[in-house]
Amino acid sequence: MTLMPPLSTTDTPLLQVDGLTKRYGSRIGCLDVSFDLFPGEVLGIVGESGSGKSTLLSCLAGHLTPDLGRVAYDGRDTLTMAETERRRLSRTDWAYVHQNPRDGLRMGVSAGGNVGERLMAVGARHYGGIRDKASDWLGRVEIAADRIDDRPTAFSGGMQQRLQIARNLVTGPRLVFMDEPTGGLDVSVQARLLDLLRGLVRDLGLSVIIVTHDLAVVRLLAHRLMVMKGGRVVEQGLTDQVLDDPQHAYTQLLVSSVLQV
Amino acid sequence: MSDYNFAYLDEQTKRMIRRAILKGIAVPGYQVPFASREMPMPYGWGTGGVQVTAACLVPEDRLKVIDQGADDTTNAVSIRKFFQRTAGVAVTEATTEATIIQTRHRIPETPLTEGQILVYQVPIPEPLRFLEPRETETRKMHELEEYGLMHVKLYEDIARHGQIATAYAYPVKVEGRYVMDPSPIPRFDNPKLSGNCAIQLFGAGREQRIYALPPFTKVVSLDFDDHPFHASKAPHDCDLCGAKHSYLDEVITDDAGGRMFVCSDTDFCSGRRTAGHIGRLGTDPAHSRPHPSPTNAEGGSLPPRGERMGVGAHRQVGSA
Repeated sequence: MTLMPPLSTTDTPLLQVDGLTKRYGSRIGCLDVSFDLFPGEVLGIVGESGSGKSTLLSCLAGHLTPDLGRVAYDGRDTLTMAETERRRLSRTDWAYVHQNPRDGLRMGVSAGGNVGERLMAVGARHYGGIRDKASDWLGRVEIAADRIDDRPTAFSGGMQQRLQIARNLVTGPRLVFMDEPTGGLDVSVQARLLDLLRGLVRDLGLSVIIVTHDLAVVRLLAHRLMVMKGGRVVEQGLTDQVLDDPQHAYTQLLVSSVLQV
Repeated sequence: MSDYNFAYLDEQTKRMIRRAILKGIAVPGYQVPFASREMPMPYGWGTGGVQVTAACLVPEDRLKVIDQGADDTTNAVSIRKFFQRTAGVAVTEATTEATIIQTRHRIPETPLTEGQILVYQVPIPEPLRFLEPRETETRKMHELEEYGLMHVKLYEDIARHGQIATAYAYPVKVEGRYVMDPSPIPRFDNPKLSGNCAIQLFGAGREQRIYALPPFTKVVSLDFDDHPFHASKAPHDCDLCGAKHSYLDEVITDDAGGRMFVCSDTDFCSGRRTAGHIGRLGTDPAHSRPHPSPTNAEGGSLPPRGERMGVGAHRQVGSA
């Protein structure tokens, strides 16, 4: 796959996850998940609905508190650090792209304000500077400059999703969590969004954890793949290896269930 | 005097409110929850301010109540009467003579002095409310000093109107820590919040919050580097007293586009007129006191503000 963004050569992981477990009462959210994520690496997590993908992502991003296990970002334990620090990380070093852009955007605030919010949250106090940066980012996600003062309610689904991405990337995060970023979009819009994402990931050297049930998305974006079922990781490896030569029965089922057009 | 306890509220309630006030003064700008009582007036008419005033009043106090700067509008008159009846305290219209001033939407033009208490009526104490509807989240934001969102509101103003269009309830930062809603005072009054000699107390009855600014607290209005805060007012002089630097109300005088600008602070305006200052439409103050028949601006003598604006015509102020 020559189109894939190149893997960086650093050998210290950006994110280390060890034995992560989250239960909802007696039910399992996710069980004993461990992996390392290296700088510039894109990790795909696939599995059917209810397999614990989103629970895992929420635990990693600090939206949920796991019951057991350890998450270290850049060598620092994110579960024991002060909430101030974790929230600062989540608006500077991290980004979270929701499946539904309405969850990640402020619908009552203009596109420029949405992109500028994170800048203002980290102390930007120059209106002209914020606006320049916002219009630059709108350009990067292919939103026309004259839409900067429109509210997201006036945008199409694909535009809203691109706006959400711009809003998240404007502070130059190093780690991006994506929860089904292409869900609910039609195929041609999906293709453009994937193209855009791939370009951004490559240009900015982002580390990404992308949760999806769409195998085509991980085929295009992810270096490595984790397959989850019933809260457990059943198989992981390089994307092409897992998709072309699935070992676990569930992965084989998953791969063979994709409709061929 | 009546069968009510002094200043209407029972002593335990006043104690509870005083505790909240002390805590508010100890942590300037922090919203202290308190068990707000039902008061004999509707929410939005100053139930929070009235409770704070009641908790602060002592029999020796001299009370002034203003509503939008005026001493003679319904809200001010009824609250003043309320305390005359339930506490029997002396009342005044003069800012300099008052020991407690309860205010709605204005800070008096005359500088306050040490020992005075200014009590604000606050409808919505949470400055982040219209940006973030969840109370749990706004509390967290105050706790962690996450105030970027406040600037998003100002950004939206500039993006839409070319300037910061927030003209009242302009958010401020107190001593570099809490972002605070100064109650709906015009932003013209914002600079007076900072370094004020008087104690400033804020009471929100419906929302059950009290917050405070102790004397000489540093209060900064939020802004952008390239769009700095400025205190704005109508670009006119007072038509009655000729004051150049006081906050003005616009009064429509007829249906042919006639209008006049008058000081919103009635005490300040009449004080200046008594001292001999006369504005464009002003006359000798001796002749401009209550007038039985309605007159227009050209007629020279004007009825008192309350009557001009069609609200309560009670003028038994200071007769206690």
